Amino acid sequence: MTIRRRTALTGLGATLAAPFIMRHAALGADPIVVVGIHDASGGLDIYGKPMIACLDFAVDECNEAGGLLGRPIKLINYDPQSNIQLYTQFATEAATRDRAAVVHGGITSASREAIRPILDRYRTLYFYNTQYEGGVCDRNCFCTGSTPAQNVNKVVPYVLKNWGKKIYVLAADYNYGQITSKWVVKYARDGGGEVVAVDFFPLNVTDFGPAIQKIQAARPDVVVSALVGGAHISFYRQWAAAGMKNRIQMASTTFGGGNESLVLSPEEGNGIVAAFSYFQEVDTPANKAFLEKFHAKMGPNAPYLGGELAMRTYVGFNLWAEGVRKAKTIDRMQVIEALESGITNDGPPGKTVIDGQTNHVSLNVYLAVCQDHGFKVLQSFADQPPSDTQSVCNLIKYPNTNKQFVIDVKL
Amino acid sequence: MDLAFAVFLQVATGVATLLIISLGLAVIFGMMRVINLAHGEFLMLGAYSAIISVRAGLNIWVAMLVVAPIVVGAIGAAVERVLIRGLYGRVLDTMLATWGLSLALIGIVTMIFGNSVSGFSAPLGSIAIGGYRSSSYGLFLIGAAIVLLCGTWAVLRLTPAGLIARGTMQNAEMAAALGVSPGRVYAATFAAGAAISGLAGALIAPFSGVVPTMGTLYIARAFITVLTGGAAMLAGTLSASALLGSVSTLGTYFTTPVLGEVIMLVVAVLLLRLLPQGITGRFFRRAL
Repeated sequence: MTIRRRTALTGLGATLAAPFIMRHAALGADPIVVVGIHDASGGLDIYGKPMIACLDFAVDECNEAGGLLGRPIKLINYDPQSNIQLYTQFATEAATRDRAAVVHGGITSASREAIRPILDRYRTLYFYNTQYEGGVCDRNCFCTGSTPAQNVNKVVPYVLKNWGKKIYVLAADYNYGQITSKWVVKYARDGGGEVVAVDFFPLNVTDFGPAIQKIQAARPDVVVSALVGGAHISFYRQWAAAGMKNRIQMASTTFGGGNESLVLSPEEGNGIVAAFSYFQEVDTPANKAFLEKFHAKMGPNAPYLGGELAMRTYVGFNLWAEGVRKAKTIDRMQVIEALESGITNDGPPGKTVIDGQTNHVSLNVYLAVCQDHGFKVLQSFADQPPSDTQSVCNLIKYPNTNKQFVIDVKL
Repeated sequence: MDLAFAVFLQVATGVATLLIISLGLAVIFGMMRVINLAHGEFLMLGAYSAIISVRAGLNIWVAMLVVAPIVVGAIGAAVERVLIRGLYGRVLDTMLATWGLSLALIGIVTMIFGNSVSGFSAPLGSIAIGGYRSSSYGLFLIGAAIVLLCGTWAVLRLTPAGLIARGTMQNAEMAAALGVSPGRVYAATFAAGAAISGLAGALIAPFSGVVPTMGTLYIARAFITVLTGGAAMLAGTLSASALLGSVSTLGTYFTTPVLGEVIMLVVAVLLLRLLPQGITGRFFRRAL
């Protein structure tokens, strides 16, 4: 018998690969891969770092309790460095190389819209755990953060009632800011108020001098900010430095989502009102227990959780885990169906229920005011449905929908 | 009327900022024809020196006005000795070398301090202009720009050191024949340019936020200003900042921040098309 090169190579390859294949089979309980894609560096790290800490914590907690379906969870964290291109690259790796059972990730709406189609194409389940502008209608994508009907709809009425009817909007110049500012206009009109102007700023703008003069010329009663990221924190600094702090009140749809309240001095941050589905200061037994455990585990490195982004990541992971337990498999379609049946999570922020019509969630919303590097909760609203997305998206009737609906409001 | 004055003040602040961030580059480029692509990182190092000193408990003014220029000046001197000295007269090589330096500095600072935004609040309070309020720090920046400009002019024009520097730049061999060591003059000039950049970085830190990559936000604007200015270092930088700073601030005020930047770039391109030698290639030719 002659040994051809090709046969020899096949044989050699098989011999070399055998231990790996066999080890894989022998273990039986090979880990379930969960991928997290959050910015740990760059301008968006103020949001990303706490989100990663919470995802790590959630996975550890799950593994300590015995994992899922008798298998341990293996978490792979990628750092896209606030760079959209890296998002698409890591999403592809998560789906093709890591064969992730689920991807949790995306902070800005731009990053979500970059990776959502990729994960759709590779049929990899996707959780987006950030408050955002609403309207995503896609069975493969679960949005577990609050949307304008839940947060803007609390901030704007508060502003109209307490501070006045003339609103000036500053927003980040990408889909989140563009769409959220429209919701501010809509809720302002609904409440009898008026938006005098909307200004957009690219994420790297740091000089807000001209904007501050423009605002003063427009003489609004209140400024609503939908500014995003580290560079935009300069706005709050320059606003205070110009002595505007006590002359025109400020509310925000984003302030506190990251570490804004920590970075700014109390003179700069105090008094800014925001609404999120969680604040670290929420005073419930569940939250207290969570924070105790979280701080015991993370020690002095525990990040401040601020608004909802980090906590939603924790809740998002647990919602997914509950879905897997119910489906008794990590098969994507079966987990989606289990999740859509109305999975509930009773976590630190209160009750979160998945809405099967939209793959969004109903949740508790808290209105709070920034005070001495933290927040003081002013009001809470239980079981708020994602009515904005519900009004346009029906995945039960049209399961093949795959788009983001956008509100149409004339400025 | 109040509004017009408030906007004017804003424009003046914009012009001053542009002048401050460009002057260090203008000194290094204008005097020595070295295209320093690491200029943005010199700004960044100045900002970091200031913020670290402030956190260490140093007075904010000392941190900004003393520590930052000294630290970055020293770094500049070291860079000149190690990197630039062998490359005088080789424009392309210095560009490559300083570009590499820029990437290396961003990398080193990221490794030490992390790629996240920090900052400190602007000192001084606010002032009222009729019904409008503005940050007093803006006024301070305008003052700082004027002092920097006059200071540089005075050093170059009125001191023996300035005379020697100008002489060396004009004709190094003749200067050497008269007993001046061109190498030392180059080193001192480069360090001075770096020190001015460091000071500039510290001055803009309170409102720009401090990140390892902050230099990239400013370097393009600094280069455009210096190129538009043309051959005369001080007059060129001043006239170009005055023009481009007002165009960009007014553009931002009347339209959006994006359009403001676009308008400024269009004006710069048009200007360079009409005056390829920069503003001072045609006007203020004999100025410094």
